[in-house]
Amino acid sequence: MELTFYIAAAVAILSTVMVITRYNMIHALLYLVVSFLAIAVVFFTLGAPFMAALEIIIYAGAIVVLIIFVIMMLNLNAESVKTEEEWLKPRIWIGPAILSAVLLAELVYIFTAAEFQQTAVVAVDARLVGIALFGPYMLGVQLCGMLLMAGIVGAYHLGRQNKKVIHRFLEKEAAQ
Amino acid sequence: MNGVSMEAGLLLAAILFILGLFGVLIRRNIIFMLISVEIMLNAAGLAFIVAGMRWAQPDGQIMFIFILTMAAAEVSVGLALILQLYHQLKTLDSDAASRMRG
Amino acid sequence: MENLIWLIPALPLLGATLLILFGLKMPRALVPVIGAGSVGGSALLTILLGLQFLSDGVAMYDQQVWQWFNVAGFNPSIGFHMDALTMVFIFVITFVGFLIHLYSAEFMAEDADYSRFFASMNLFVCAMLVLVMADNLVLLYLGWEGVGLCSFLLIGFWYREPANGYAARKAFIITRVGDTAMAIGLFLLFQYFGTLNIQEILTQAPQTWSVGSQTAVLVALLLVGGAVGKSAQLPLQTWLPDAMAGPSPVSALIHAATMVTAGVYLISRTYVLFELAPTAQMVVAFIGAATLLIAGFTALTQNDLKRVLAYSTISQIGYMFLALGVGAWSAAVFHFMIHAFFKALLFLGAGAVIMALHHEHDMFKMGGLRHKMPIVFWTFLIGSASLAAVPLISAGFYSKDQILWLGLAGERGSIILYIAALLGAFVTSIYTFRMVFITFFGEEKTYISHMPGFWIKLPLVVLAILSVFGGFIELPHNFAHFTLFTNYLEPVLPVIVIDEGLSTIEWIFQIVAALVALSGIYIAYLFYLKKPHLVQSIERSRFAMSLHRFWYSGWGFDALYDALFVRPFVYLSKVNRNDGIDFFYTGLANFTRWLNSVFSRTQTGMLRTYMMGVLVGAILIVTISMLL
Repeated sequence: MELTFYIAAAVAILSTVMVITRYNMIHALLYLVVSFLAIAVVFFTLGAPFMAALEIIIYAGAIVVLIIFVIMMLNLNAESVKTEEEWLKPRIWIGPAILSAVLLAELVYIFTAAEFQQTAVVAVDARLVGIALFGPYMLGVQLCGMLLMAGIVGAYHLGRQNKKVIHRFLEKEAAQ
Repeated sequence: MNGVSMEAGLLLAAILFILGLFGVLIRRNIIFMLISVEIMLNAAGLAFIVAGMRWAQPDGQIMFIFILTMAAAEVSVGLALILQLYHQLKTLDSDAASRMRG
Repeated sequence: MENLIWLIPALPLLGATLLILFGLKMPRALVPVIGAGSVGGSALLTILLGLQFLSDGVAMYDQQVWQWFNVAGFNPSIGFHMDALTMVFIFVITFVGFLIHLYSAEFMAEDADYSRFFASMNLFVCAMLVLVMADNLVLLYLGWEGVGLCSFLLIGFWYREPANGYAARKAFIITRVGDTAMAIGLFLLFQYFGTLNIQEILTQAPQTWSVGSQTAVLVALLLVGGAVGKSAQLPLQTWLPDAMAGPSPVSALIHAATMVTAGVYLISRTYVLFELAPTAQMVVAFIGAATLLIAGFTALTQNDLKRVLAYSTISQIGYMFLALGVGAWSAAVFHFMIHAFFKALLFLGAGAVIMALHHEHDMFKMGGLRHKMPIVFWTFLIGSASLAAVPLISAGFYSKDQILWLGLAGERGSIILYIAALLGAFVTSIYTFRMVFITFFGEEKTYISHMPGFWIKLPLVVLAILSVFGGFIELPHNFAHFTLFTNYLEPVLPVIVIDEGLSTIEWIFQIVAALVALSGIYIAYLFYLKKPHLVQSIERSRFAMSLHRFWYSGWGFDALYDALFVRPFVYLSKVNRNDGIDFFYTGLANFTRWLNSVFSRTQTGMLRTYMMGVLVGAILIVTISMLL
C-alpha cells in the first residue's frame, strides 16, 4: 500500500509538472487528467475511497470536460501554440521558480521537523462521510447549495454574448 | 494495513501546491492560470484528506467535498469570465487585461 | 384688558414676519402701513393699558404666555411683567418708536430695501419690548441679544459701503464684550437663587446677601458690564459714534431713544442688587460721571452733525448712570424718558437736514437753514434747548437739574460727582448751541434739494411738544413740589433720601445750574456766531490743536483699543495664517497622498505581479512563523 502511494505520488508530481509546462492546451489537459487520476489513487491509499471516486467523477470528469468545451469554443490553432512558446521564456520563469523553491523548502522543513505519529490507515467509507455530512455539517451543505446556485446564475449571466456594448439610449446617436 | 506516513502525504500536497502556484506565476495564458488554480485547490484538498486520515475521522473528507463544490462553482464562473474576456479582447493574454492599472 | 399684554410685543413681531415673508411681493405703499401700523397698534394698546393701570391702582400685571423650556429644574417662561417702570419704558418705546416709523415712511421712501428696513425696525421694537417686559432674566437676555442683532442689521443697513459693515461689526463685537459679562452674571444669579425670575430674585436677594457682600458686588459689577456695553458707557463707548453709519431714523430709534437705555433699564430693574452692593453702585456713578465728561468734550470738537448727537447721547446716558449710581432711580428713569423725546427729535431733525442737503453730514458745510426750513429749525431749537437744559421752559432742565441736585444732596451723592455733572452741563450747552448756530445760522452754503414733507414734520412737532411739556410732570421740591413721576414710580423704585441740611438752599444750586447752561449758550453764541475769528485764533495755538485732535478722536479710545486688542489679534492671526495645528493634519494628508502615489504604482493591472506579491507575502509569513 505504501508503495502504491509513492508511485501514485510520483506520477501525480510528474504529470503536474507536464501540465504547467505544455505549450498545447489539450496536451496539458490530458496530463491534468492523469494527475487527477493519480491523486485519486493517493486518496484511495489514504483510506478515502469515496473521495477517490469523487475526484475522478468531478475533477477528472466534469471540470476537465468543461475546460475542454471552452477551449473548443475558442477556436485555438497552431498559432496559439507558438505564442505560448514565446511567452514561456526562462527569463520569465526563473524568478518565480526560485521563489517557489524557497516556499517549498520552507514547507518541507516544517513538515519534516514536526514529529508525526505513525498510525494505521483506517478506511472511512461513504456511509460515515454521509452521516457526518448530513449531521453536524448540515449548514455547510446548505451553503454549498447556495454557492453552486450562485455559480450557475453567475456563469449564465457572464457567459451571455452581450452584443449591445452601447447603452440603448446612446444607440440612436451611434446610429446617426 | 501498514499506513502511509502523514509526512509523506503532506509533502505531496505541498509539492503539488507549489507546482500549481508556479504555474499561475509563469503562464500568461489565462486558461493555464485557471488550470493551475485547480491544481492548487486539489492540493489543498489532499492536505485535508491526509489530516482526516491521521485521526480516521470523516471531517477531512467533508472539507474536501466543500472544496470540490467550491472548485466546481469557481471553474464555471471562471470559464464564463474567460469567454467574456476573449470576446472583448480577442486574446487569452492575461497581461492584456490590465485596465485596472492604478 | 391685561390679558392683551402679550400683544404689545407680538404686534411688531407680526409686522416683521409679514414684511420678511411678503415684503418684496406686496405693493410698496403697504409696507409703511404694516411697518408703522404694527408699532402704532402697540402704542395704542400701551396707552389704553396705561390708563387702566393708573385707574386700577394695582402694583403690576403679570401674564404667563407659555413655558419656554424646562431643563433640570430650570424652567424660564415666556412671561410678561408690567409695573410702573416697565410702563414708562413701553410707552417710550412704542410711542416714540411709532413716531419714528411714521418719519421713516417718508425718509426711506426712495430706498430700494424699503421692506427690509421696516422689517428690521419692527423686529427691533419687538426685541426691545421683550427686553423690558420680560419677567425673567433669560427672556430679558433674549430681548437683549435681539436688540443687538437688529442694531447690527440696521447699522449695516446700507451694507454696500464697506465702512458701514465695519461699523455694524464693531457695534456687535463691542457690545458682545458686555453681553458676555452679563451672561456670567446671570449664571451666578442662577447658581445662588436657582431661578432667574426677576421678582423672585429681588425678594430673595436681601435675605441671602448682606449689604456689601462680595458675591453681590461681583454679580452687580457683571450686570454693570452688560449695561455698560449696551449703553455705550466707558470703557465700551466707542461703538456708538460709528453706529451713526445707519440711516437717521435708526440713530433716533436705537441709538437715542431705546436700545442704549437698556443698560439703564437693567440697573433700575435690578436696583435691589445694587443697593446690596454699594461698591458696584459707586462704580456706576463714577462711570457715568467720567463718561459724560469725556463724551461732552468730544462732542465739542466734532464736525459731523450726527456724531455730535451721538456723543451727546453717550454723555446724557452718563447722567442717567450717575443718577443710578447715587440711588436716584426715578430721576434716572425720568431723564431717560425726557432724553428719549428730545434726542429722537434732534436725530430726526438732523436727518431731515441731512436729507435736505444731499446727505451732507459736515456741519461746517451747512448754515443759514433757519429761514429755509422753519419747522425743522424751531423743533430742532426746542430739542437743543432741552438738551442744553435751558431753565424753566425746557423739559431737559427739570430732569437734568434733578440729577445734578441729587448727585450732591442724595445720600450717596458727593461734591465730585456734582462738579463733574455741572461741568458736563456747561459743556453740553456749549456744544449743543455750537451745533445749532453752525447749522441754522450764518450764511447759506449748500443748495437744498429735498424739502421735508408732512410725515417728517408731524413727528418733529409732536416730539417738540413732548420735549417742552414732558418736564412739567416732575417739578423740584421747592418749586410747587409737584412730583407726579416719582409718585408714579414709587411702588417699584424707592424714593431717594435727601440730605436735609442742603435742601433749604436748593434754590442756590438751581440758579447755578441755570446760569451754567445760559453761560454755555452765550459762549457758543460768542465763538460761533458773533466772533468766529476767536475760534480760529484759539485753534492756531499748538496746545489747542493737539487738544482738539485728542478730543476729536474721542480721547483716543479707538486708537487705544486698536493698539491693545485689534492689532495684536490681527498680528496673531497673520502669524498663524498657516495654522500650526493644521500643519500636522495637512502633513498627515500629504503623507497619505504620497503613500497613495507610491502604492498606486504597485497596481499594474498584471495578474502575475499580484500573484508574485501573494507568493512573497506567503514566504514572509511562513518565514516569520518559523523564526518565532
